Amino acid sequence: MDLDPEDVFKDEEDDPDNEFFQQSESSKEYVVYLVDASPKMFNTTCPGKDQKDEIHFHVSISCIAESLKTQIICRSYDEVAICFFNTREKKNLQDLNGVFVFNVAEREQLDRPTARLIKEFDCIEESFMREIGSQYGIVPGSRENSLYNALWVAQALLRKGSIKTADKRILLFTNEDDPFGSLQGAAKADMTRTTLQRAKDIQDLGISIELLPLIRLDEEFNVSVLYSDLIGLDSEDLAQFIPSAGQKLEDMKDQLRKRMFTKRIIRRITFHIVKGLSIQLNTYALIRPTVPGAITWLDSVTNRPLKIERSLICEDTGSLIQEPPKRFQPYRNENVKFSMDEISEIKRISTGHLRLLGFKPLCCLKDYHNLRPSTFVYPSDQEVVGSSCIFIALHRSMLRLKRFAVAFYGGSSRPQLVALVARDEITTAGGQMEPPGMHMIYLPYSDDIRDAEEIFPDTEDDAPRADKDQIQKAAALIKRIEMKDFSVFQFANPALQRHYAVLQALALEEDDIPETIDETVPDEEGLAS
Amino acid sequence: MARNKEKLVLLLDVGPSMHGVLPEVEKVCSMLVEKKLIFNKDDEVGVVVFGTEETNNELMDEVGGYENIVVLQDIKVVDGDLIDILKKLPRGTVDGDFLDAIVVGMDMLIKKYKGIYKGKKRLCLITNAIHPTKDSLEGSKEDQVGTLAVQMTAQGMKMESIVVRGILSQDANKRIMDENDRLLSIFSKKTRSRTVYVDSPISLLGALKTRRVTPVTVFRGHLELSQQMKIKVWVYKKTQEEKFPTLKKYSEKAPSTSKFATHQVMVDYEYKSVDDSSTVVPPEQRIKGYRYGPQVVPISDAERDAVKFKPEKGVKLLGFTDASNIIRHYYMKDVYLFIAEPGNTRAILAVSAIARAMKEMNKVAILRCVWRQGQQNVVVGVLTPNISQNNKIPDSFYFNVLPFIEDVREYQFPSFNSFPASWLPNEQQQMAADEFVQMLNLAPSGKEEALLPEFTPNPVLERFYHHLELKSKQPDAAVPPLDETLKRITEPDLELDFENKSVLDSLCKHFELKENSKLKKSARRLLPEKPSGSNGEDGNGNVSDARAVDSIGQEPVVKIEKIGDLTPVQDFEVMMTRRDNPEWVGKAIREMRDKILSLLTNSHGGDNYLVAVECIIALRKGCILEQEPGPYNNLMRYLYRYCQEKEISTFPKLLASMDVTLISKSEAVDSNFTDDEARRFLDKIKPEPKD
Repeated sequence: MDLDPEDVFKDEEDDPDNEFFQQSESSKEYVVYLVDASPKMFNTTCPGKDQKDEIHFHVSISCIAESLKTQIICRSYDEVAICFFNTREKKNLQDLNGVFVFNVAEREQLDRPTARLIKEFDCIEESFMREIGSQYGIVPGSRENSLYNALWVAQALLRKGSIKTADKRILLFTNEDDPFGSLQGAAKADMTRTTLQRAKDIQDLGISIELLPLIRLDEEFNVSVLYSDLIGLDSEDLAQFIPSAGQKLEDMKDQLRKRMFTKRIIRRITFHIVKGLSIQLNTYALIRPTVPGAITWLDSVTNRPLKIERSLICEDTGSLIQEPPKRFQPYRNENVKFSMDEISEIKRISTGHLRLLGFKPLCCLKDYHNLRPSTFVYPSDQEVVGSSCIFIALHRSMLRLKRFAVAFYGGSSRPQLVALVARDEITTAGGQMEPPGMHMIYLPYSDDIRDAEEIFPDTEDDAPRADKDQIQKAAALIKRIEMKDFSVFQFANPALQRHYAVLQALALEEDDIPETIDETVPDEEGLAS
Repeated sequence: MARNKEKLVLLLDVGPSMHGVLPEVEKVCSMLVEKKLIFNKDDEVGVVVFGTEETNNELMDEVGGYENIVVLQDIKVVDGDLIDILKKLPRGTVDGDFLDAIVVGMDMLIKKYKGIYKGKKRLCLITNAIHPTKDSLEGSKEDQVGTLAVQMTAQGMKMESIVVRGILSQDANKRIMDENDRLLSIFSKKTRSRTVYVDSPISLLGALKTRRVTPVTVFRGHLELSQQMKIKVWVYKKTQEEKFPTLKKYSEKAPSTSKFATHQVMVDYEYKSVDDSSTVVPPEQRIKGYRYGPQVVPISDAERDAVKFKPEKGVKLLGFTDASNIIRHYYMKDVYLFIAEPGNTRAILAVSAIARAMKEMNKVAILRCVWRQGQQNVVVGVLTPNISQNNKIPDSFYFNVLPFIEDVREYQFPSFNSFPASWLPNEQQQMAADEFVQMLNLAPSGKEEALLPEFTPNPVLERFYHHLELKSKQPDAAVPPLDETLKRITEPDLELDFENKSVLDSLCKHFELKENSKLKKSARRLLPEKPSGSNGEDGNGNVSDARAVDSIGQEPVVKIEKIGDLTPVQDFEVMMTRRDNPEWVGKAIREMRDKILSLLTNSHGGDNYLVAVECIIALRKGCILEQEPGPYNNLMRYLYRYCQEKEISTFPKLLASMDVTLISKSEAVDSNFTDDEARRFLDKIKPEPKD
């Protein structure tokens, strides 16, 4: 690994760019995908678009495949393992029956996703029956418990690393709400007890178990049979948790996709509302540009990474400068020098907190009052009990009165005014579309706003304005080229898709680079009609 | 670039009714010149004050009249003296006549440049315009202003008027104010002038654009509505962050007395093989590698050029959609401005028609933009109408970038309704909050909107330029405190708070906050820290030192929150064992790392080395205990390189003698080093014997 000296000095909390765009290794996540491969997963379908039904197993596999592809781009430090249970064959270190850990060459079982993993996992369904096989692992008269075994294997996979530096999760895909349903009496009670105990032990180690239930059209997934105890849901979570029966496939996929990611807090901040009333907020980056990763220079002969050594050389004497140099600004015919301490002192004009200054009607927030992607804030009672209550009260007032809050955010990199805009929760069958909370929008200063529209005209005449007739014609045009169902993020970034398609092909040493589609090109024919 | 130079005359009202705001006028005008000295060194500026006891201007000498107007400074290239003049504006004794001042200013510009200079000529008037102007000898005042306006346009001059009103001016005669406003509005209508009204010291500081940026188009070409329908547009930036100036590195190697020394620093990069740091890899042998998961995939530039995404330049409409489909917080960037090609009436009309129709129908347009040929990506964004309020300015659009699928993290958050009832506000609490949101209003009707971004200057930049000016006179000048006026941007308005005291009190009464008893640390964190330059600098003393001393005495469990200079190892150990919040460990490690680096860099002749080694040993122990080898190992490798670069040999020797190795896999599983590799690091760190 190459070490950038600047990195050693960089305080994660001081660098907005860092917080904005990068994932640090210290916040990584270890995930075990635990997929039920019982025959029931193969013979239950849910209706998809165009009358194409999809079997539950396929839905699970495609969700995981999608997630791996996102992950290798956005969060490649995270490590994953893929594990099937209720399988005919077994493959795991504990040699337990009915559990198969899927892996590819040059990779540990729990490891960062690689190009090969993604590629081979993409076609796993072709070879699944032949090589892994589907078979019920819990049957009357046998003491085998495939669910128990699966949890055990997952726990063992997650033994790696400290819980302090990584989030550890088990994501369980199944369509069976009553895995011990086929058993009776003492055998059933016994298996239920040991399985729940195993789950509890896992959770006591700081590993979370999350259930991703697959739903049938005709039947509900009854969480309270076993899983509410297994994953430790209380009654309030329960109501929120259960997806309704008869869900459309697309909605179910949406929901699975959303639940596969954990929230990452970028910062905990203190929000001063008035003197003596300060609450705690967590901030989240819901929207940040994803960019191709940084370039690593390699030696083209050996393909080994190069390290970059930076040295400062005095232009006058040619000698090497050892100590961190001062900075200067030419001004009034001389060089005015600043030490780095002085510069950070100049920038420190406020505490690092968020300070409420007042409220304004929403119409005061103009389209041009924007500089960077917004940051989402959500209250936390973790340190200050009562934070959520005030936050919710203000949130409701702001929504009702159509006001936004103006606050000063005193971070050390760029202290600035922000608008806090309250948003109500929006949910659809596919789950939460917009979370409840406030969005922090970074406001420009007068220094940042330009008046380019005022450069012209040079004439004395008034600017031409469209008349009623012309406006009406424009209105007709707008109606003709209307996109009814436009949603903000319906396009994949074609440059990024292309970049990673190329990388994937080269990484796997394939000759052909797969075609990528640019979805952003307008449908010229459609418009012309 | 002669055309790019600006010739500016400041027309400043210094009459008695302006005295209250003159400190702000002095600040903003000197800042204007300070920035010109850096960014527009060839600009020329003259200064005229009016409302003075004395009279001193050429027009009075030539034609008489024009009393109480003094030309403080003839138009000249900006220099430091100009700042000194602007920092000490005279306090006038009579009510000034701003029309006379405008005439004097125009006369100066005309005489100086005699129609030869075709570049930017500008007048900048700062007044409260509450005093009557003199009647004109022939015709009405309106006619007189009309004549001036024609002349102004003919001479290619622009005028910017900042009218200071509201709480900043006393109760003035409304009839006179209205007349003055009407006269000023004639300039706005007939010339390329703009008039802004401000009523707070902050917005006075923000109203004058202190840095002149020549606008550059991002794109010129067609806005393609369809294959047949195209409008010629120019795209500019509407907002762009004015960054803190990038200061150059200063070398002190050359004697400061040397006249020819540049004191510049060159940054040199060397690419070396990881395995063999003695060989430098030449540019032609280097190849770019891109990360794909754990792999780094090498791609040569030629290969990449052949396969990379290459969209055609162009701005295409994807369609129109309801404005409500685009939520404001999806805006990803600073803002672009789309204007119709200047002078192209058809284009201006088309933009106007579409913008107005969009506004009426509450629609926005979705565009796909590739600004330049050869650009390697596309942006999809939202175009919103900007209906011009000024007859001289055509309608236009704003544009912002929207996220792609890859840019969105769909995190789920608990619904507020799912919270336990005790977390939700009750009816009284909700009422208190409603009243609070209603009353703490920054934009009450009939008053200027407070903290309007257009009029709110960046306090950090102001502080920098102020400090720069101080330092140019006194090199060791301390960083000045934040300007009192600008402080009001960072803190709640005391007056507004005072007016609404009962509302604020009621809010505090209705909501109770409790520290979470399980987390002792919160109380500390919520105590306000002192910003720099605030009163009571004593808060910045190194408190933890005092505490650490205490801790040896009586109380064993003192909450250490910072690693001090006296007993860094003990401070660190205490912090590491704090269990009230998991964040302490990270903080302790971070601070220890910084401490070690500062010990090393501030060491004179190795006097800090022993302490630094002790700190390193403590950090090592702590990192193994917490099973976090990363920070320690990274630091060590950095130190190794640091010592190598600086040719420090005593420190590595010391480390080697104390057997300080990297943390190996057997000590902490997350380590990337085997026992052997960790030990070998020690061999590496022993400096090779020099010849």
